[in-house]
Amino acid sequence: MTVPFRMTGGEVRLDRRPVLRGVDLTVEPGEVLAVMGPNGSGKSTLIRSLLGLIPLSAGRVELYGVPPARFRDWKRVGYVPQRLSVGGGVPATVREVVSSGRIARQSRFRPFSAADRRAVDRALDAVGMADRARDSAQELSGGQQQRVLIARALAGEPDVFVMDEPTAGVDAASQETLARTLREQVAQGRTVVLVAHELGPMEPLITRSVVLEDGRIAHEGAPPRPRGECARPGHDHVHPHAPAEEPHLLS
Amino acid sequence: MIELLSYDFLRRALIAAVLVGIAAPAVGTFIVQRRLALLGDGIGHIALTGVGLGLLTRTSPTILALVVSALGAVAIELLRVRTRTGGDVALALLFYGGLAGGVLFANLSGGSANLGSYLFGSISSVGTGDLYIIAGLAVAVIVILALFGRELFVLCQDEEVARASGLPVRFLSLLIAVTAALTVVVAMRAVGLLLVSALMVVPVAAAQQLTRGFRATIGLAVVVGVVASVGGLWVSVDADFAPGPTIVLLAMAVFLVAVGTGRLVRMRRTDVK
Repeated sequence: MTVPFRMTGGEVRLDRRPVLRGVDLTVEPGEVLAVMGPNGSGKSTLIRSLLGLIPLSAGRVELYGVPPARFRDWKRVGYVPQRLSVGGGVPATVREVVSSGRIARQSRFRPFSAADRRAVDRALDAVGMADRARDSAQELSGGQQQRVLIARALAGEPDVFVMDEPTAGVDAASQETLARTLREQVAQGRTVVLVAHELGPMEPLITRSVVLEDGRIAHEGAPPRPRGECARPGHDHVHPHAPAEEPHLLS
Repeated sequence: MIELLSYDFLRRALIAAVLVGIAAPAVGTFIVQRRLALLGDGIGHIALTGVGLGLLTRTSPTILALVVSALGAVAIELLRVRTRTGGDVALALLFYGGLAGGVLFANLSGGSANLGSYLFGSISSVGTGDLYIIAGLAVAVIVILALFGRELFVLCQDEEVARASGLPVRFLSLLIAVTAALTVVVAMRAVGLLLVSALMVVPVAAAQQLTRGFRATIGLAVVVGVVASVGGLWVSVDADFAPGPTIVLLAMAVFLVAVGTGRLVRMRRTDVK
């Protein structure tokens, strides 16, 4: 059986600076993997290179047994980026953004179907944003925008979710919604890979965590308890109620 | 206005104005969303070399502008992808080269007096042949946007999400650049190459003051575009102004009104809350 992700000896260099150094990582189906570590340790680079969004300078990565460049089954993947791109100031409604999550399941010459619409409605309901569907996504709070991004991935009904800091700068209520949504997805056998500083209400869901330090996996196993992690030197502690704007150089 | 339509050249000008008013803001919405608001300017500069070549070889400046600006759009897109830093210098070189080449070729042809009509537009001198080209291109632009709109929306909003959705990112990037080039040629006769970008950007900037969604922005931007281009044509005929600048200034006026209205609407909304 092919696993969602397998990276062997993964190395990434950005502007000649090594960001990932020899990462071996396999993500099994049904796992909920938290990628943790201080700012600049390569967390975001790791998950983006799993998807082929950042090319490896050495090593190998496979999605369901296929290198990203030859992978075709993208409807199995739901990527949740760190934040909603404001897109040059052109507004988009919550429904428009969430509907775009169906793109990997659509063909060019077929109109938006009833099945597409139902999937979008379900995704909006799941994150509690159905009543905001006609509002401009850009005018929402950080936590609400994060819910919209997750709804976009949900709408595509993928097998694996890849989430880049879904909890950073997100209010407590949105974090609860997020955890509940993920719990339902995991119960249905979906796989989740997420980057997080703090697990918050998601902690009980996590089945495994890896801690990156300076581009290497420094710890692997059960999620580290917050106490120990926060006490680690160089750990950048981010509060969920803090503003989202923090310097994300390479995180 | 109605009696003016008995003149053939004004009928052609009016059709051209409507087509430009639809095509330029429709493409412009995607381009502004992609943060490439100045792409139209760049292509416009490059297109001038095509115009110059057309005058020099005594063939159609419109068709050569089309070929050269499509090639230029591809070059711009390739430069944008290949060079993470310093790309803007490479782009600048392309733009100045295009402008200088156009002026040089036009001078060599002895028809540099004609150049002004391409630089600043001369919608009332659009001939039947040009009108067919403009109409064909405008239809092509609209068909492309209708077929690829959903994919282009994802691409223009977040390129990484587009890639992680399995979209053909390189093809779509070239497609939107070439579509912009077609639009530049459509708008060239109406407002001129130096003001082409204004019709791609200003109606969008006006519309987004008042809308909450992407589709609504395209729709309203097209309305603003048609109102500005047809209204500008009318005013310019009536008052004997140059049509290109009149159209652009009218669009700008709509933008200012939209900014004011948008502020008022938002203030009301927050008051209600």
